[in-house]
Amino acid sequence: MRDIEQVWVYLSASPLLHLTLTLVAYQISFWLYRKGRFSPLLNPVLFSVIAIVLILVLTGTDYDTYFDGAQFVHFLLGPATVALAIPLYRQFDRVRRSAVAVLASILVGSATAAASAVGIAWLLGGSQAALVSLAPKSVTAPVAMGISEQLGGLPSLTAVLVIMTGILGATVGPYLLDLLKIKDSAARGLAMGTASHGIGTARAMQVSEVAGAFSGLAMGLNALATALLLPLLWGLFS
Amino acid sequence: MLFYLTLIFCCQLVGELFIATTGLPVPGPVIGMAIMFLGLLVRGSVPADLGKVADALISNLSLLFVPAGVGVMLHAGLIAAELVPITVALVLSTILTIAATGVCMSWMGSRAGASGKTVDGGGD
Repeated sequence: MRDIEQVWVYLSASPLLHLTLTLVAYQISFWLYRKGRFSPLLNPVLFSVIAIVLILVLTGTDYDTYFDGAQFVHFLLGPATVALAIPLYRQFDRVRRSAVAVLASILVGSATAAASAVGIAWLLGGSQAALVSLAPKSVTAPVAMGISEQLGGLPSLTAVLVIMTGILGATVGPYLLDLLKIKDSAARGLAMGTASHGIGTARAMQVSEVAGAFSGLAMGLNALATALLLPLLWGLFS
Repeated sequence: MLFYLTLIFCCQLVGELFIATTGLPVPGPVIGMAIMFLGLLVRGSVPADLGKVADALISNLSLLFVPAGVGVMLHAGLIAAELVPITVALVLSTILTIAATGVCMSWMGSRAGASGKTVDGGGD
């Protein structure tokens, strides 16, 4: 019988271990989330990330080794984004009826996201690199990383800030919208998607398809608006 | 089922090629979503199996963000060094963005008479 260390060396070199770790951590987190009646505080992304980071740190595994296995899950983000066209199509009549309100709200949200993140970090003495990396934080990760790079930020830091923003919005958003007495699914979805992209959309989709469709739409249009307008505005102010 | 999964991949691939040739600052999958949406508009309905594939992908959407989220461990040092400006900016800005977008949409939406009653009881 081989000793445990040999087995570990063998397993940790294969993508299967970290792929399975990702799936198991998520299933447990989702089980908790469902047990908690989908309370936003039990966000499954948050709990999975905490559990996996702890395990990687305790076993001395680096992120690249982890990602060799986890990339198969990560890869499906692209096809899942394409698939958001289906709920959007199913809700298209509703979207079209309020097209002007939808576009105006996304532009307001997009401007608020970038201006408030940069303004607050600047007031608190954040470094130039942090300010630039924060600016596109509400935009879906691949676009946000591109914008950050274009403006001289750190794309990989931006990716992390984007995910943190997503988890924050998905966790706090539903309570905030309740507090503001916003009950309309369209408005709730739009707010979640504009502020916290795909993670907000995932949360919205778990609650209602109307909210999910508006959220996915907001995610796409916010990415487009920020990618086109932020570099222009940044050039004016700096 | 496999046919529609292939179709979804094709939309993404065409989206990626479109971005690579035009240099537009949008990710390929978002263009892929637009292509799929236009296709559905032309066809006029969602094929049942396409709906099933899409629902399977979307109902596990939050899982797909986990690998990128674990990337937090790469930048823990950088974030710790500027903990106050970064966390305060993230928290306040996310709250402001959700509030601004939600208030704007519910105000304009109800003025346009396009919303108001929600069929599904208003989720988020």
